[in-house]
Amino acid sequence: MSIFVDETTKVVYQGLTGSQGRFYGLLNREYGTQVVAGTNPRKAGTDVEGIPVFASVGEAVEATGATASCIFIPAPGVRDAVMEAAEGGVSFVVCITEGVPAQDEAWFFNKLKRDFPGVQLLGPNCPGIISPGKANIGITAGHIAKAPVEGETTVGIVSRSGTLTYQALYELKLNDIGVSTCVGIGGDPVPGTSFIDCLEAFEADPETHAVMMIGEIGGSAEEEAAEFIAAKMSKPVVSYIAGVTAPAGKKMGHAGAIVSGGKGTAQAKMEALREAGARVGLNPTEAGRLMVEVVRDL
Amino acid sequence: MDLFEYQGKQFFARYGIPVSPGEAVTTVDDAVAAAERIGYPVVVKAQVQVGGRGKAGGIKLAGDAGEVRTHAGNILGMDIKGHTVETLWIELASDIAEEYYASFTLDRSAKKHLGMLSAQGGVEIEAVAAENPEAIAKIWVDPVDGLTEEAARAWVGAAELNPAATEGAVAILTKLYSAYVEGDADLVEINPLILKPTGEVHALDAKVTLDGNSLFRHPDYEAYEATQVRDEREQAAHDKGLQYVGLDGFVGVIANGAGLAMSTVDIVNQVGGEPANFLDIGGGASAEVMTGALEVINNDPKVRSIFINIFGGITKGEEVANGIVAALDRVDIEVPIVIRLDGTNADLGREILEPHLSDKLQMQPTMLDAAQAVVALAGK
Repeated sequence: MSIFVDETTKVVYQGLTGSQGRFYGLLNREYGTQVVAGTNPRKAGTDVEGIPVFASVGEAVEATGATASCIFIPAPGVRDAVMEAAEGGVSFVVCITEGVPAQDEAWFFNKLKRDFPGVQLLGPNCPGIISPGKANIGITAGHIAKAPVEGETTVGIVSRSGTLTYQALYELKLNDIGVSTCVGIGGDPVPGTSFIDCLEAFEADPETHAVMMIGEIGGSAEEEAAEFIAAKMSKPVVSYIAGVTAPAGKKMGHAGAIVSGGKGTAQAKMEALREAGARVGLNPTEAGRLMVEVVRDL
Repeated sequence: MDLFEYQGKQFFARYGIPVSPGEAVTTVDDAVAAAERIGYPVVVKAQVQVGGRGKAGGIKLAGDAGEVRTHAGNILGMDIKGHTVETLWIELASDIAEEYYASFTLDRSAKKHLGMLSAQGGVEIEAVAAENPEAIAKIWVDPVDGLTEEAARAWVGAAELNPAATEGAVAILTKLYSAYVEGDADLVEINPLILKPTGEVHALDAKVTLDGNSLFRHPDYEAYEATQVRDEREQAAHDKGLQYVGLDGFVGVIANGAGLAMSTVDIVNQVGGEPANFLDIGGGASAEVMTGALEVINNDPKVRSIFINIFGGITKGEEVANGIVAALDRVDIEVPIVIRLDGTNADLGREILEPHLSDKLQMQPTMLDAAQAVVALAGK
């Protein structure tokens, strides 16, 4: 199994006719993802290499049975695009777009929670999600992930950083470890899907045996995840936190990666995770090695 | 984007929040002229984005032109915790009966807006939070609902301000919330929010951080971009559109992706080196971007070696390698470079780099190996 998406997930790409949407939409289809539709109100009725384009997510869902959407709309249109997806009837929305204002993110997070509790948003500003061998929705290079093999120990990954997610997938592949699902939750202040959402799903997924969690400075999501790990997780967790040496008050690339008022430091996060029983690597390579040990011992 | 006090007050004024009349000036003569227009007494305030201005002597009351001249002369050019004072805000002095604190920011954990209000203002709110947390009344606002007047009134009641301040405080807080949401701020803070002996409530200071992602809604915020405090290196990187943070060490760092860049800075530290910077060149790693990044690093005189850490995802190893080779042709670099290239088609990329390797251009297989090599090359 896998979490959130698999080979049955039918995806509509909002912004499929744009350069980014087209590039990744076609790459995702090549990987095996069911890319069933695109949207663009001005190009409804046309197609992108055989993928039909509809005026709205609602129309795409009606015509194709799409269950998920992937947003490649520029930042100014994201707030409307997220609501269009929810109103259109998909239950999983992946928003790749970066640069979305925090006020918009806070607004649609709460709006979805209240009016569309059945809709799960991933992102914004995330690399997307891949269930290796089944579906790849977003901008991850699919070939750097090893698909799980029946009977072998399988790892789930959840990460706040794009490149470190790829790094983790790659290190596991080099060590011949399969991945059930890799979720990039993104580096923004209000991520639609949290570490805990993913940990909970991995804990419940019979195919996932261990979890790799990659965090970074800023906010308290890692500390909250640590509480969850201590209280609810039976599966081993290996973690890595980026930004140990980040100076206070500086935004380290990601909008959410900032240490303020002594809060959000990597040290505090690592300490909380260790106390929760997770094994913490000091760099991505070490975290990879720890995961190899964990897998060997399972 | 952090605003100076004078910009914050101009921002507040747009949303109808009462602030003192004042003018921003950069010379002593202009300070005096501004004071003459405003009327005495005035307060001469250093404009720096750091707390503790008053204690450092950066805020002075002036009763006449002579005093303005003296204080402005002393404060302009003053160094406050590493920030040089280049601008003064001259404003009409206010009579103060009581000092409060008010702010809005995002509570990332609750994923709601957090308002904080305290009857203990004019001091560092962190100190109040540590010593007397019950003195801060908090309100969590659902962004979908917004802050209603009723909720604001209950909040003011909970903060136990002087009853004379209630109406004024409710009015200011609802406007402050509008400024925070409609103005796309990450933080709005008034400390102190004052009650005057005459009963009016008024913002005596303004601390505002705007969301850089909201420029498409607020093209006028471009003006604030120009006054952001950056060191020379940060300014050069910003002009090239690179994500750069200056640090104090001697190993230059270039990586693709914010997480990997942070991770690279960390690992340089772990093996005993000191990074000179954080630099994220994003996903592409084209020759143009790589050239810009190397130029920025090369202009930092403290850099003694450079670590290029690239993980190829969609961008393939050979494209990255070609980008590096082309960039090295364009920029004349004295210090040694260590490259770690991994990910998609890393083998092909390494083949391309192989013929260019020398004492001054090394390649290492892992991040750890590369970090050790680059720190060793930096020497003592």
